[in-house]
This record gives sequence, structure tokens and C-alpha cells, in this order.
Amino acid sequence: MTTTTTTAATRRTGERGDVRLTGIGKTYGSFTAVHPLDLTVPEGSFFALLGASGCGKTTTLRMIAGLEEPSSGTVHLGEQEVTHLPPYKRPVNTVFQSYALFPHLDIFENVAFGLRRRGIRSVKKQVGEMLDLVQLGEQARKKPHQLSGGQQQRVAVARALINHPKVLLLDEPLGALDLKLRRQMQLELKRIQTEVGITFVHVTHDQEEAMTMADTVAVMNAGRVEQLGPPTDLYENPRTTFVANFLGTSNLLTARTDSVTGEDLVVEAGACTLVLPRARCSAPTTTGGEVLVGVRPEKISLTHAEDADTIPDGRNRVTGRITSAGFIGVSTQYVVDSPVCPDFEVYAQNIDRDPRLVPGAEVVLHWNPAHTFGLDAAQSPLAGTAEDAAAGGEGTGAR
Amino acid sequence: MPLKTPLRWLRRNLVVLAGLFTLGYLLLPNVVVTVFSFNRPRGRYNYAWQEFSTEAWRQPCGVAGMCGSLSLSLQIAVWATLGATVLGTMIAFALVRYRFRARGPINSLIFLPMAMPEVVMGASLLTLFLNMGAQLGFWTVLIAHIMFCLSFVVTAVKARVMSMDPRLEQAAQDLYAGPAQTFLRVTLPIAAPGIAAGALLAFALSFDDFIITNFNAGSTVTFPMFVWGSAQRGTPVQINVIGTAMFLLAVVCVLGAMAVGNRRRRRTG
Amino acid sequence: MSTLTEAPPPLAPAPAAERPPRRRGRRTPYWLLLPGILWLLVFFALPLVYQASTSVQTGSLEEGYKVTWHFAAYWDALHAYWPQFLRSVLYAGSATVLCLVLGYPLAYLIAFRAGRWRNLVMILVVAPFFTSFLIRTLAWKTILADGGPVVGALDSLHVLSVTNWLGMTDGHRVLATPLAVVCGLTYNFLPFMILPLYTSLERIDGRLHEAAGDLYATPLTTFRRVTFPLSMPGVVSGTLLTFIPASGDYVNSELLGSTNTQMIGNVIQSQFLRILDYPTAAALSFLLMAAILIMVTLYIRRSGTEDLV
Repeated sequence: MTTTTTTAATRRTGERGDVRLTGIGKTYGSFTAVHPLDLTVPEGSFFALLGASGCGKTTTLRMIAGLEEPSSGTVHLGEQEVTHLPPYKRPVNTVFQSYALFPHLDIFENVAFGLRRRGIRSVKKQVGEMLDLVQLGEQARKKPHQLSGGQQQRVAVARALINHPKVLLLDEPLGALDLKLRRQMQLELKRIQTEVGITFVHVTHDQEEAMTMADTVAVMNAGRVEQLGPPTDLYENPRTTFVANFLGTSNLLTARTDSVTGEDLVVEAGACTLVLPRARCSAPTTTGGEVLVGVRPEKISLTHAEDADTIPDGRNRVTGRITSAGFIGVSTQYVVDSPVCPDFEVYAQNIDRDPRLVPGAEVVLHWNPAHTFGLDAAQSPLAGTAEDAAAGGEGTGAR
Repeated sequence: MPLKTPLRWLRRNLVVLAGLFTLGYLLLPNVVVTVFSFNRPRGRYNYAWQEFSTEAWRQPCGVAGMCGSLSLSLQIAVWATLGATVLGTMIAFALVRYRFRARGPINSLIFLPMAMPEVVMGASLLTLFLNMGAQLGFWTVLIAHIMFCLSFVVTAVKARVMSMDPRLEQAAQDLYAGPAQTFLRVTLPIAAPGIAAGALLAFALSFDDFIITNFNAGSTVTFPMFVWGSAQRGTPVQINVIGTAMFLLAVVCVLGAMAVGNRRRRRTG
Repeated sequence: MSTLTEAPPPLAPAPAAERPPRRRGRRTPYWLLLPGILWLLVFFALPLVYQASTSVQTGSLEEGYKVTWHFAAYWDALHAYWPQFLRSVLYAGSATVLCLVLGYPLAYLIAFRAGRWRNLVMILVVAPFFTSFLIRTLAWKTILADGGPVVGALDSLHVLSVTNWLGMTDGHRVLATPLAVVCGLTYNFLPFMILPLYTSLERIDGRLHEAAGDLYATPLTTFRRVTFPLSMPGVVSGTLLTFIPASGDYVNSELLGSTNTQMIGNVIQSQFLRILDYPTAAALSFLLMAAILIMVTLYIRRSGTEDLV
């Protein structure tokens, strides 16, 4: 699904520029920041490491950069092993969190820094072109503190990219920007990546950012990679409760496996019988075993109880009463109190609003069984939610 | 009613008036020093106003030994600044950038000279020199000055290096600068204001030191010692000339630096 | 395409020998520290040890000194010079209080009220430093001269009758009285009070004042409950930076005072440089150091600011 862009340089040498991490881990004293993990980032891809703060994503990135020495395992860039190379000898560049622009140098010299350190004399043309690429040609002689946050961010990208690294590492590069600028810069970074074809490894805690930009996302939690895949895959078919909750919102209900019929799994949740495809269940499917059944809020339709007979057959149904309705323009967010789940979330598009759907109304929730997924009931259904984070789920590993 | 407004004004600006009073208290001696640099005293002492004269300004070195002591003080201050700045900067970097044993004792060793009355330091250093049979003079004074300036440099540089984002150095390393290049191109330029502040402080402290110097100078005479001696034998007007000139020089330098900074900011801003 | 398998955790931590050598030398900090720390050890710490040993020696200049554990030197010194010790504490203490009272409004003025004059006022506070402090102290001789305008004004405002009553002045003179010495000490160490005060006041967010006002605090309450507590670090380091050097000072007492205003610094100085009674001088100096260290430690403990460096 990820198409590998092979640049002219690598085609000539026949060398692939994948980043390969093998059994790489990091411990600080008795604290394990990153559990030994294997990870391959294909050349030319836009790869995101997503997780809450302290999950080990930044540490992983810094081990690729050489700023942190792994406690175990190896790092390969293409065929070259770089595990113990100092950062200044690695063909890798980083866009730092809050940019780390040199305050005593102007924009031009910031961008030229890497070239000059490698002994390149005539930098003027290259720097000029690079500044044009990030649309900062006019600002070359300003000092970093005279630029806006978005401009500083682009300088940081230019300063790294001018060295034509094999891999560009981005450590929360948009964290310091406001929402609107962040959106704009996401598209901008995506454009630059497509233009230069360099592998980007992007660390972020913003799930929307990761999904918008990356071809492949690895969701990290507590020093481990929970799940890895294209954004749509992760969203539609989460395999752990953490992924289900951290990427968007999920309604999770505890159910008991009733029977397996062909490709489908039939489960009982309270008085309701629900169906889900076996392929979308990552839990062991033994009859009578517990399973967490999940469904995304926007997949659910809401029908007033009086019209229950108009719902087509073959859909999963749950009954309940609306406890709150929040109008947010494009959609309305309902919370429904149902016997199987006390706060079932439903996002309904504002196409034809039924005026009867107000708090207190009895409703039927129904959705296509194909949108249901099943998770191992042995995990906490709250993992990855805001309550989880507040309860001390955040670690202190990544710095 | 008409009384209320001035009262309220007074209450609101009481702190300003008090502050200005203190400022006057601080500056009054300098005014006196300047005015009396134009005096023509009758006796040996320049404490009472007699008549206006620019004689001392025309012959600033007209007193035996004064300009010699001034140049000696400048020499000592330059070398002491250099020594204390180099050693202090090294210590500051070690303290901020590295973890090592004996951190606590080392911090105390740096703090103590600042918390020690000068007589104690001067007197104890003299006992050491006497025990070693060292010849008191230029070198003993220089050693003493480097010793008491060191802690102040460490404090000034440390504050600057501590506030420096460690990611800047990582960024330099990431951009192909080896350890030496990183230090020269990034660390040192960014720490420079702290080092400069430390050096300036060391220069001022060394140049103006009297108590410690008096213990360890032997028969060498620095400028503060010359002034001290003249307080006993008779104060020439020329010391007021030197004092005034130094004050004006300092103010002009600072104002000039500020003007240059302002213009640069305006041009690039 | 992208592959992921969780590697099994290693059974035991990798043996130390297999671990790669650390890139940065472990000894680097020691090399950086060595020259400076050695300097301080040899020329600051070692002299204190020498001084301690000198204080328990007996002998004379001609015959040389021997360590005889003559602790009586301490007792004798204290017995003979307790008035000077007491004066040192009193004068330095009064000067410190005066510095705080005079310095606080100025620091406050620079931090909150000076506006665009801030830099100029700051320069004016620091600039006198560049005129040798001895020259400036001599100027006080002119300012406080008998029958001069300053003394005349103090006299007519009945300030002198108050100080007379306190034993700080005698009759219609200021020069050669304790008041002159305290005045000089205050003047000399005032910038050391103002600068730390300013630093800690400047860090206070101006919005805190507004917040306090919003919560029904009068300006005076705001100062008492918000501003002053937040400036405590500056008050603590300012008082220390003033009291410590002031208590060991002998220049002000010598130039502005009389034989009746001698402080302990004067005694140490003359014992060392004129009378050449090294054991007594060393004992006095050691006592001063000990007294100051104890006072400073207690003070820092009480005020709860441990990190002054």
C-alpha cells in the first residue's frame, strides 16, 4: 500500500534507504522508556510515530538521530549500520521540537550551517533555492526571533532538508503552532515531502496530524508499538483498546461470545444480540468467552423509538435514552444512556434533523455489523482515553 | 477637597519619591567627586571648597606615583579578568553540562568565597604566603584577585549556560558539527553574553579591590592603595579627576553600546 | 511493507563489556574543573587551614612560631576585642536594614514604575561602581563635614537629637561618629541590595498585581501579601550580600569614624599589618568567619532559600 519512491541516487547504487530498527530499546536505570522493538520505515514514505507524551516515541526518534544511545538493538540506514555513530556522522537530519534555531545566526546562516560544516564553500545558490522552497527568500538576513512561529518552523525544515538527508526526523514539529497554522503547515510539509521524496519520520501526539500526513502510522504506548498500519486501517480496525480510544472515539461494550456462524461472530451484550465480522475481531473467539465490542460514533444511526420498525433488518441494534445533545455545526453529538453502555456516543450528520431527538427521548441506535470490531476483553476499556491519562497513565520516558 | 488631590498624588507616587531619594543618595558622592575635581585646595586635603581651577584636569599625572599605580591596577585587572574568566567558564560548563561526584562540595567551594568577609580571605591568604616565604608583590596580588573573582564569573556564566536550550547543541551535532565545531560555532557564541558579564564583573572587582590587596601587596601600590595612602598623607585633586573620568567613561560606554544596540534592532526589525 | 514484531525482551541485561564505549569522555568534567578548583583549594581553602593553625601557635617574629594548641588565644582575643565584635554586628546590621529600607523603593521603581527610564536608572545605579569606592567614601568626608549643609539640615530637623539619644552621634557632629560609619557602609553596599531585589521583583508578573486588586486587596495589602513574599529570594540574597562584606569592612570605620568606632576588621588589619601579632589576628579572623558562617547558615535555613549560587 505504501509506494516506495526510488530516487535516482539509490537506483544507481542499488541500495535501499530503508530505516531498520532491530530489537532497539532504551532503559534509564530501572525505567524502560522503549521496550525492544523492530520497525522498518520504507524509503520515501511519510511515517508517523503517534502516542501520548512519555510513550517512548521521541526516544525512538532520538535513537535514529544518534542523540540517544540505545541500550539494546541496532539501527540501520539502508545497508549501513549506524547504531554507535555520533549524530554528526549520520546522514540523518532532525527538525527539533521548538525548532532549536541558532539565535546568534541569521536565517541564511542557520540554513547554511550543515553545508558549511561539511566543508562546502559556495552555499549561496543552494541556500537561496532552499529558502525559496519554503517561501522565505525575503527573510534571509533576519534573526530567528524576528520570525513568526510558522516561519521559524519552515526555517527548521529548510535547515535540515538542505543536507539531503536519507531520512528527515521531525520531533513534534508543529506542536508550538496554533491550530489554523498547524493545519496549513501539515499540508505544506506533505507537499515538501512529495517534492523531495525523502523519508520522513514524524513524531506527534496529535492523532489527526498523524492521520492527515502519514502513509504509515505506528501507535506507541508505554514504550511499545501497539499497532502499525495505514491511517484508515488503524482507524477502521483498531486491534487494542488504546488504539481504539487514542485515534478518535470508540464506544466499547463488554459482551459474551454466543456463536460463530460462517464469517460472522454473534455476541450477547446484555439483552442485545450483536453481529460482527470474525476478521475484525482481534480477541480469541471461544464460545462463552468475553469480548469487547466496539463501534465508532459516526457509524451509528439514531432513530426515535416510535419509528423503530422502519429500521432495516440485519443491523445491530441497541436501545436507550438520549441524555445530552450537543450541536456543533456539521454534526450533532448525542450521548445515549443504554442498558449495555451508560454513555454511548453518537455523531449524527445534520442532514435531516429529527426534532424529537432531544434529551429524554427514547431511541434505537443501529449500525451496519461490518463497522463493528472486537477487542480482547482482558485490556482496560479506558486505555488511551482522557480519563486514563488523568489517572496517571502518562509515563515520563520520552524527553 | 483641594487638599485631597495632592495627597492622593503623594500617596500614589510615594514609592517613586523614595526611590529617587535613594538614587540621590547613591549619586551624591559622585557629584561631590566631580565638583571637587575642579577645586584648588589650600592645605593637603581636598575636603573643603576653595576656588575653581582646571589645573588638575590639565595635569592628571601631576602627582608622584599615582599614574604608575593606576597602570599597575589596570594590568592586574586585565590579567585577573583573563585568568578568572577562563577558569570560571570551564567550571561553569562542567557544573551545568556534566554529572559527576563531589558536586555538593564543589558548589560550596565556589559559594564560600562570596560569603566570606574580605578581611578573612586577605588575612588567611597572607598567612599562607608568609608560611611559604613568598615574595609579596604583583604575583601575590594577581593570585588573590583571580581567587576572589573566580566565583563571580562561575555564577554569571552558569546562569547563562543553564538557560541555554540543550537542543541547540544537539541541532549542531545533527548538522554535522563535531564536538569542537559545536563548541566553537554554537555553544561559545551563545554563552558569550554570560562570559562577558562575568569578565566585566571580574574586571570591576579586581580594579576596585582594596582590602584583600592591602594584605597581600607588600610594598607594591595599586590605585586603591594609593588613594588609601593619600587619605592619610593628603588627598591630591587628581584622584578626583581619575574618579570622575572613570565614571564618565563608564556611562558613555554603556550609553554608546545601548545606542548601537537600538540602531541595530531598528534596522533589522 | 512495514513490518513490526515485538522482539522478546532480553533475558539478562547486556554485560558491561559488550556495551559500546561512551562517546563523551567520563573524565572531561574533571579536566574542566581541575585548574579552577585547584586554584580555590590552594589559595582559598588551604589558607583557611593555615590560619586555623596559626591561631593556636605561640612564639614571636624573631624566634618563629610553633603550634602549641594555645586555644587561650581565642579567649584572650574575644576578651580584649569584644566591643569591636559587637560594633561590627551592630553597624553591619543597621547598614543592612537601612539598605533594605532605602533600596527596596528604588528596586521597585526600576522594576515597575520606571517605564522607558528603566535602563537609564539602572545605569545610574551601577555606574558609581566605576569610580573607586575609596574615592567615593572620601567624598562623604566633604558631605558630612562639620557645619556643612547636610549636618545643618539634620540638626534643624532634630534628626541629630534622636541619634544623639541613640548614641549614634555626639553633639552637632556627624563625622567621626557611628552614624557616619553606618552611613558609609549603607552607601557602599546599597547596590548589592538593589540588584538582587530588582532581579526578583522584575520576575513578578505584573498581572499578579491586577489579580490581587481584582480580589479586593488594597495596594498596601497587595504589597504585603503578594509582592513582598514573591521578592523574598531577592531580600535574602540582598541582605546577605550587604551584611557579610559590611561586617568585615574596616575602610568606612577608618575613613569616616574614630578610634571609638573601630570594627573587628580594623583590629584584624592592624594586628596583621602593623602589630604583627599573627596568632591573635588569625584567631580573630577565624572567629569572624565562624560567626558569619553560623549566622548565614541559620538565616538561610530560616528563610528557606537554599540555592543562592
